[in-house]
Amino acid sequence: MSEAETTSAYVGLPTASNEARSDRLSPRSEWVSVWAWRIAIIVVGLSLWQYASGRWIKTFWISRPSDIWHQLAEWVVTGDLWIHLQVTLIETVMGFVFGAVAGVLFGLALGLNRRLAAVLDPFIVAFYSLPKIALAPLFILWFGVGLSSKVVLATFVVFFLVFYNTYAGTLAVEAELVDVLRLMGATRGQIVRKVILPSALIWIFTGMKSSVPYALIGAVVGEMMASNKGLGYLIQAAAGQYDTSGVFAALFVLMIIATGLHEMLKQSERVMLRWREAGHG
Amino acid sequence: MSNDALIEYRGVARRFHSRSGTVTACEAVDLTVQRGEFMAVVGPSGCGKSTLLNMAAGLMAPSAGQVLYDGRPVPLPNTDVGYLTQRDTLLPWRTVEDNVAIALELRGQSRADRLRRAHEWLDRMGLSGFEKSYPAQLSGGMRRRVALARTLAYEPETILMDEPFGALDAQLRMVMHEELLKLWTGTRKTVIFVTHDLAEALTLADRIAVFSARPGRIRSVEIVDLPRPRDVFRVRFDPHFGELHDRLWSYLEASVRSDVMVN
Repeated sequence: MSEAETTSAYVGLPTASNEARSDRLSPRSEWVSVWAWRIAIIVVGLSLWQYASGRWIKTFWISRPSDIWHQLAEWVVTGDLWIHLQVTLIETVMGFVFGAVAGVLFGLALGLNRRLAAVLDPFIVAFYSLPKIALAPLFILWFGVGLSSKVVLATFVVFFLVFYNTYAGTLAVEAELVDVLRLMGATRGQIVRKVILPSALIWIFTGMKSSVPYALIGAVVGEMMASNKGLGYLIQAAAGQYDTSGVFAALFVLMIIATGLHEMLKQSERVMLRWREAGHG
Repeated sequence: MSNDALIEYRGVARRFHSRSGTVTACEAVDLTVQRGEFMAVVGPSGCGKSTLLNMAAGLMAPSAGQVLYDGRPVPLPNTDVGYLTQRDTLLPWRTVEDNVAIALELRGQSRADRLRRAHEWLDRMGLSGFEKSYPAQLSGGMRRRVALARTLAYEPETILMDEPFGALDAQLRMVMHEELLKLWTGTRKTVIFVTHDLAEALTLADRIAVFSARPGRIRSVEIVDLPRPRDVFRVRFDPHFGELHDRLWSYLEASVRSDVMVN
């Protein structure tokens, strides 16, 4: 299982320390205490924020939780929240899907075609090291201030992450597994389908999981630069009016979306890579 | 023993090139394995024993000489052999039954047919009830048996085994020897069994090729004239077993000792 563990890109703190302590506590009481602490941190943090605002630091700079809450409630009532949320979500999801599909296909094509990979290597490195966000102005120029420029930006960002992981995954396949199947008379296509793809799946998922926040970044940055809809626009517009509550409210919504998307991918990974968990059962 | 050569090494050498220089794994190897024979290859570690198997499997070509299979140069790869390697090569994302059935799957057998065959073999290996488990859920010994079942299930003509039981404890290893001999007696497949354990080779094999330290050369090929069927738990107390062991050890001793000195 060691290889599976090292390749998993868990966004979150490592749990090893929890395991080490679990001899003292039952898993259930452990779970309860972890959540009790988490809630305590939220409550204390928000209370401190609320108290400090206007007393230690000007409300103008840091707003305060109650104001942010009212702003959110107002957006919900007026329906603004849904309009902007929808736009950002569509951009993120479309960018993610296009980028991931293209990344997997291109990664496999190069992973299975070493010659082509050798030829294209310097170009890929050059594009990979380019900060993708810097392309935003160009895409806005090409595709306008609407949805499509943000989708393209998100696609581009996701593509490179997924591509790179897929490519690395196809190269990391154990030669012995391939040899054993060759001796059984497997065709090239069978080796790809039955060994290389399943083996690369861990890497592909790692790339996808880590690219989700970047899809959101692509969409939001695009919106902040030029648009009239979306959460990025909402942040930009609120900041332009010195409305810190609005900025924080939009940030809070972004945080919720990002966590939700990450959680969704984690669940689908759990289903598709069941065999990896089997060892712990 | 009928004189029917299946695998022939003729003046075979294999060199590996790397930046730090050229390493000769084995050289001047002349060895003939008869059809249906159980041939063991023993020698100190690093004497090119695995290289011999890789060449018989057609996973690598000899640098010099020829390796023949059934009278023709070994095809790359040689799909008439099943290879049980030292390392675990089960596909971790497949259940035990799907691992055992994979070769049949590659041949386009229907799922029902190939699972029936897989279950037969798992049953014979005492693994009933673990069909739906994943390899990571099994012990090392059970994984070895699954790998053996996978190799036997598609009935390759020849089976190459590279220290297949090296990682198992002594008792479990003897149990595996017993199972292997039982299966071999039933099917009379040609086997090349690589090991560094003389007692293991003597328990199982018809003949034993003793290799020197690297570059591996054949020191001697000995016939193991212990009667079959052999009781794997008692055969080692047979006086003749002791004589054979002594003689083989005398060939092996010098190279093993020099190996210890070098390292």
